[in-house]
Amino acid sequence: MSTFNPEQVVHRPEFIRGDELSIPTLCLVQQDGTPYDGAELPVLEQAKALRIYQAMVRTRVLDERMLAAQRQGRLSFYMQSTGEEATTVGFAAALEDDDMIMAQYREQGALVYRGFSLDEFMNQLFSNELDYGKGRQMPIHYGSAKLHYMTISSPLATQIPQATGYAYGQKLAGYKRCTVAVFGEGAASEGDFHAALNMAAVLKVPVIFLCRNNGYAISTPSSEQFAADGIAPRALGYRMHAIRVDGNDLLAVYGAMMEARKLAVERNEPVLVETMSYRLAAHSSSDDPSGYRSKKEEAKWREKDPLSRFRNWLVAQQWWSLEQDEKLFADEREQVLRTLKEAEHRPVCRLDELITDVYDEPTPQLKQQLEALKAHIRKYPDAYPKTAGRLDHG
Amino acid sequence: MVKMNLLQAINNALDIAMAENDRVICFGEDVGSFGGVFRATSHLQERYGRERCFNTPLVEQGIIGFANGLAAQGSVPVAEIQFADYIFPAFDQIVNESAKFRYRSGNLFNVGGLTIRTPYGGGIAGGLYHSQSPEAYFAHTPGLKIVVPRNPHQAKGLLLAAIRDPNPVIFFEPKRIYRASVGLVPEEDYQLPLGVAEVVREGSDITLLAWGAQMEMVEKAAEMAEHQGVSCELIDLRTIAPWDVETVAASVKKTGRLLITHEAPLTGGFAGEIAATIQQHCFLHLESPIARVTGLDTPYPLAHEKEYLPDHLKVFEALMASVHF
Repeated sequence: MSTFNPEQVVHRPEFIRGDELSIPTLCLVQQDGTPYDGAELPVLEQAKALRIYQAMVRTRVLDERMLAAQRQGRLSFYMQSTGEEATTVGFAAALEDDDMIMAQYREQGALVYRGFSLDEFMNQLFSNELDYGKGRQMPIHYGSAKLHYMTISSPLATQIPQATGYAYGQKLAGYKRCTVAVFGEGAASEGDFHAALNMAAVLKVPVIFLCRNNGYAISTPSSEQFAADGIAPRALGYRMHAIRVDGNDLLAVYGAMMEARKLAVERNEPVLVETMSYRLAAHSSSDDPSGYRSKKEEAKWREKDPLSRFRNWLVAQQWWSLEQDEKLFADEREQVLRTLKEAEHRPVCRLDELITDVYDEPTPQLKQQLEALKAHIRKYPDAYPKTAGRLDHG
Repeated sequence: MVKMNLLQAINNALDIAMAENDRVICFGEDVGSFGGVFRATSHLQERYGRERCFNTPLVEQGIIGFANGLAAQGSVPVAEIQFADYIFPAFDQIVNESAKFRYRSGNLFNVGGLTIRTPYGGGIAGGLYHSQSPEAYFAHTPGLKIVVPRNPHQAKGLLLAAIRDPNPVIFFEPKRIYRASVGLVPEEDYQLPLGVAEVVREGSDITLLAWGAQMEMVEKAAEMAEHQGVSCELIDLRTIAPWDVETVAASVKKTGRLLITHEAPLTGGFAGEIAATIQQHCFLHLESPIARVTGLDTPYPLAHEKEYLPDHLKVFEALMASVHF
């Protein structure tokens, strides 16, 4: 409990200054793959390191190809995570498989790492009949109960207090698990962020708040988002652990998240992790960054590419070669294109699914509305080509 | 059967739900050892511990965000918003998240265990910010169930049903009659069905439809009308969403007239939705236009509360006008 401490009194007005607080950034590996002097690298065995790298490559290739497919008019929308793969794959690799991930929308790397297949990605992106979300949400709103990955929701930051609640339930059930809420620095301006951190600290909840500070919220640079030294210092006001990490350094993200998980699960305490990175791509396929930032700025960050940094480290370990790398990229491109073609021609799910899952059972009103809609479609089948031929047999 | 007031019935329902299922968790502002500002959660922390009944920080969006996460995890949260007037900071978490969780995930995830309890309505000299009836805002959102009890017996049976219902439920409690409404309540566990209206009294000349605290006005007006030789059929809607069209339509086909009353303002109020639906179902049976007796299209006032409220006299005048149309 906060109290007035009689031993800490002053007799003239002295202000505590926010700009005097500066939080360091954990960096372990340089761009050429060499560790910094004195860097304490986390233990990472070869098989796992390669699994992480392959997930980063798949994420990169998926993003490139799907943006191209969006430009060709084959899907309506896409969001890339280029430049942030070390963060989104690295944090997931540090978790146990049944820790819950409640992500924002740009964390496909975590799903790739957990084994969400290319087919599963494509089914959602094309809203076909195999989409787990039954064609109800825009592309990139993935979810998987099997992989403990909460379905993405468009409203910003809503998942952050939900993660606190989810983790409280895990704690009460006696599970040695945690929940990770992932969000951008822009989402940290929302009320939900502050509500979530305060409640987590007060209620002693095993939740990790992972802020991907990637420089921009659509066009708004972080300098117009907050006046403080990033997001990490906010944790201190809630009496919570915080760490800032180089988000382009896979080993730094992995190491910091391993420690954060330990704090959360073993001590039932929330942790805030801020990864410093850069959104190399546009916000989404509807955005054009040339309107708000320079090519020079982007080029500077391209030199810090997280894929090449981790690849250089792997090659230095003699766990990977450039020949293997070339083949991996080629294989991934081929697989992405093949699954894309299969998914884009599948039909959408049955019209009956329009009214399921609103409630556990459709209400009488919903059933009537569906029957009226079907009657209308039967009358004008040409106007509704996706469903007109499939009303009765599903 | 035991004599209880409405608050005691709610407390009794929470006690039964928590004893039966250790995943039921009650929380909100001042809900812990204090037992809530109205005492609806009295003694629950004593009985079930601080982990299952606790105070939260003062942050409605956090309370419901937290509750959504808990429910998605498989717990059964019963979150209290201290006054329905203060539910709006949580509006996004309720209408964009609770209501759509199951639909948007294709039923991979749901928050069906969630119940939100909140005291609503006027008549307590509470002015603008302690008197509102915001049910219509939520009725516009598919995926939510909205329930309003009118007496202790209903409060217990409907709240137990709400907690066990596999959908998110907002449970609006009529705070004006929290202590004033006293009645016999079974001690044992029982449920009343959600989505089903109750025909409280049969009649032949006009159907009077209300819910929650407003049922008292309707009952008084019906007695006045009885002395004038007018026979009123009284229906308590009990669930605003999804509402029981069948029971109301059957009654209106019999009586030929309908009057709906609620405390919330007229424009966009839930009576409008009922009127539109019933005229579609019962057009050829109607003997007069469907009447609405509601609050005014103003914020809820303090000094003129009595004038503002749709009381029994206003209901009586409107029902007699319908009968003599």
